[in-house]
Amino acid sequence: MKLAYYPGCSLKGTSFEYEVSLLKILEVLNMEIKEIPDWNCCGASAAHSINHNLSVALPARNLAIAEKDGYESVLAPCAACSNRLKNADYELKNDDILKKKITDSLEMPYNAEMSINNMLEFLIGVVGKDKIKSMVKKPLSGIKVASYYGCLLVRPPKVMQFDDPENPVTMDELVALTGAEPVDYSFKTECCGAINSLSKPDVVMALTGNILYDIKKNGADLVVVACPLCHSNLDVRQREIERKYDEKLGLPVLFITELLGLSFGIDPKDLAIDGHMVAADRVLKKIKELTNQQ
Amino acid sequence: MARIGVFVCWCGSNIAGTVDVEKVREEAAKIPGVVSALDYKYMCSDPGQNSLRNIIKEKNLTGIVLAACSPHMHENTFRKAAAKEGLNPYFVEIANIREQVSWVHEDKERATAKAVDLMKMMVEKVKRDRPIEDVRVPLNKKALVIGGGISGIQAALDIANGGVEVLLVEKEPSIGGRMIQLDETFPTLDCSSCIMTPKMVEANQHPNIKLYTYSEVEDISGYIGNFKIKIKKKARSVVEKDCTGCGECWNACPMHKNVKSEFNVNLSERTAIYVPFPQAVPLVPVLDRSVCLHYKKGGKCQKCFDACGPKCIDFSLQDEIIEETVGAIVASTGYDLMDTSMYGEYGYGKYKDVISGLQFERLLSASGPTEGVIKRPSDGKTPQTIVFVQCVGSRDPEKGVPYCSKVCCMYTAKHAKLFAHKVHGSQSYVFYIDIRSTSKGYEEFVRGTMEQDGAIYLRGRVSKIYEDEGKLIVKGADTLSGNQVEIAADMVVLATGVIPKKGSDKLAQMLGISYDKYGFFTESHPKLRPAESSTAGIFLAGMAQGPRDIPESVVSGSAAASKILGLFSKNEYEVEGTIANVNEATCVACFYCQRVCAYNAISKKEIKDRSGKLIKVVANVNPGLCTGCGACVNACFSKSIDVKGFMDDQIYAEIKALAV
Repeated sequence: MKLAYYPGCSLKGTSFEYEVSLLKILEVLNMEIKEIPDWNCCGASAAHSINHNLSVALPARNLAIAEKDGYESVLAPCAACSNRLKNADYELKNDDILKKKITDSLEMPYNAEMSINNMLEFLIGVVGKDKIKSMVKKPLSGIKVASYYGCLLVRPPKVMQFDDPENPVTMDELVALTGAEPVDYSFKTECCGAINSLSKPDVVMALTGNILYDIKKNGADLVVVACPLCHSNLDVRQREIERKYDEKLGLPVLFITELLGLSFGIDPKDLAIDGHMVAADRVLKKIKELTNQQ
Repeated sequence: MARIGVFVCWCGSNIAGTVDVEKVREEAAKIPGVVSALDYKYMCSDPGQNSLRNIIKEKNLTGIVLAACSPHMHENTFRKAAAKEGLNPYFVEIANIREQVSWVHEDKERATAKAVDLMKMMVEKVKRDRPIEDVRVPLNKKALVIGGGISGIQAALDIANGGVEVLLVEKEPSIGGRMIQLDETFPTLDCSSCIMTPKMVEANQHPNIKLYTYSEVEDISGYIGNFKIKIKKKARSVVEKDCTGCGECWNACPMHKNVKSEFNVNLSERTAIYVPFPQAVPLVPVLDRSVCLHYKKGGKCQKCFDACGPKCIDFSLQDEIIEETVGAIVASTGYDLMDTSMYGEYGYGKYKDVISGLQFERLLSASGPTEGVIKRPSDGKTPQTIVFVQCVGSRDPEKGVPYCSKVCCMYTAKHAKLFAHKVHGSQSYVFYIDIRSTSKGYEEFVRGTMEQDGAIYLRGRVSKIYEDEGKLIVKGADTLSGNQVEIAADMVVLATGVIPKKGSDKLAQMLGISYDKYGFFTESHPKLRPAESSTAGIFLAGMAQGPRDIPESVVSGSAAASKILGLFSKNEYEVEGTIANVNEATCVACFYCQRVCAYNAISKKEIKDRSGKLIKVVANVNPGLCTGCGACVNACFSKSIDVKGFMDDQIYAEIKALAV
């Protein structure tokens, strides 16, 4: 199956680790994706609160290019990107007048028949559990992993049509495939504060702090995410949160692709794990010890 | 020669305000065959009817047309008036110039022209009317009540006390329904089982009631007065007539773990052979074969058999099919609680101490798993703080249902009150959207819960419940103060929404009655025929129609019963004569009519000569089932079916009157 790849801005910038690790595991899996040529901003965070037509037109243009190039399926690893693409697609599917308006202004046709995958849908649905399992060379048994989903992967449920919106399990299933132990906790889909990180950092620290301390309390060694913004809040703000609440966390936050890569036996450097703010050294050491014992 | 009378009604200013009634009368007088035309302020009044009757007599009318309100309103009134003067009542036709003209138009001139047209059409129709006789259907004076909850029991008792035999069919091992699961009832706090059990016993002992518990209606055919029913009596594995209800068998049963008690809503276990609760009626156990070791392990275990004194346990008993004929049916199948899995954020099923309202009833009940002491399921400790969440599923079009479940405001107030009475010094919080407490004594009851029993009511919804160090943290909004609230509770009770009993849609299809998009049975008319279903002879009661409380359920049971007793007060049931009629000479037996008939009213009829030789097969209309809808008329290729009172020549004449 031909698969178009929509990286979005985060994967080319703050979350370059996400792209590096994605491309690396795809190489190991022997799968190919192709970046949509001349892609533009998905409009996340800003467009839909300012101009409705723009918030549909921006993602629609990317989808229209993919459609023109003969793709039926898109991978958008960033949760915000996949959310915007899915929202636009949903609106265009259900509103012919809007569709005409948008395609006219884009001067491009779009049939709204694209299958849009977030990272978890791609891994479970396109790559498949069996294939992933067969690639696990160094099972991470003994490592406890908390999956944090955030809001955008599952909401609004009517549009996302993905997993249980209040108690999602897809990422936990992937964690289990690596041999690691999924950790259950109460804040899997709680808000991390998202983009308020810039305007109201105190709010973000309170919200993200709730999530991280609950994860810590439930005994996780590390956290995995599938959203660049979640990653940024949980990782970058962690040291500040520790200072504010005067309690150590020390929770490395990895992208799900990085965790899979580790279990595939890929060198952590090739997965750009050293690119995070919270060092994963201790966990990596633990993994090394465990896998050496096996 | 036709002698038609036309009567134009003013309906005060309802019609006369928009239609020139005198003009309509003048136009009527010009039509050939019209021998009398009159306009009058209120035709339905006594003087109006009297003038109608006088003119029928004086002018020796052969048919009358009323240009008046909808036939739904007064067709019957005028038919009866005409019948008193010896005219066949079907020689009365109505031109609806109120609902279809004056109420929906403004321009007087054009409205008048339309009224004249409608009147002319009816004059042409009435000229071609033939006399029609009403159909009489014999009645089997026996009733079937499906569902033995409070409304079904009430209906059965009322019918039985009226001297009519009743079959009361209940799916569960005992009658009693939901009400017997409840602890105390709002707003009087009288014990539910104390007021319910006498009714159950009365139903069991009533000479006119035949009780079928652990039984289901399998098949229904026929029509009002003559329903043929099949009841499946599931194998109880216990010979009812010999059983004394002593309890030796269930005490001996080794299966006392792992099977959850349905009656206690999974809060306790039951044995394989069991009675659902101590006051069960009949007090005869049921052997649940799906979990019984005797059936699972090839007959090895027979501890209950050995323990039974009167030796009434019979492992070989089979399901029994009982066939009966009844004249009328009450459908009172009750309700279930909504599954709350769509509220993952509330953790029902994940956290043991997040329970449903019905489970809390069982915790309060003296016959419940904790003998009436409030203990939380996780560790058996008595909670000091309980959060009650209303509208879980109700009034939530996104995740649940848009309707209000009606009873939750009241039972939550009751729960909070009983919690305060049973656990002194405790605190309850209630999250609500609105408080709906509209019946007698209800508002005072809720006030009492707030003011005397100290429950704190918070207007807003709960966003999340999670566990933290043995407490359930409830996060929600208090929209009146505009604050976010967080409460550390020992237990959370969800007031889950009410939905129709599982399988009630299948029953409705079997009965041929309509139900709404949620599965609640729909009334024939929401205001004026609330006890009747859309099918003659089938009546509705209780929560199967929609959310309602106990008094309303009792009233609806009695209403259904009184309708049935009224029906059975005559020996025959009269059906309007405007039903389908087959021309047997031209019918080609293709039976397309049978395929389109929504009421199963068409059957095959064999016509034989005197020697018994089959000549032909034709379609035959069952007058008890036919509603005169006319679907078969359209389907008939050979034009062999007509609906009486709506013959082709009449319809064509009406159209022609309009065209001229």
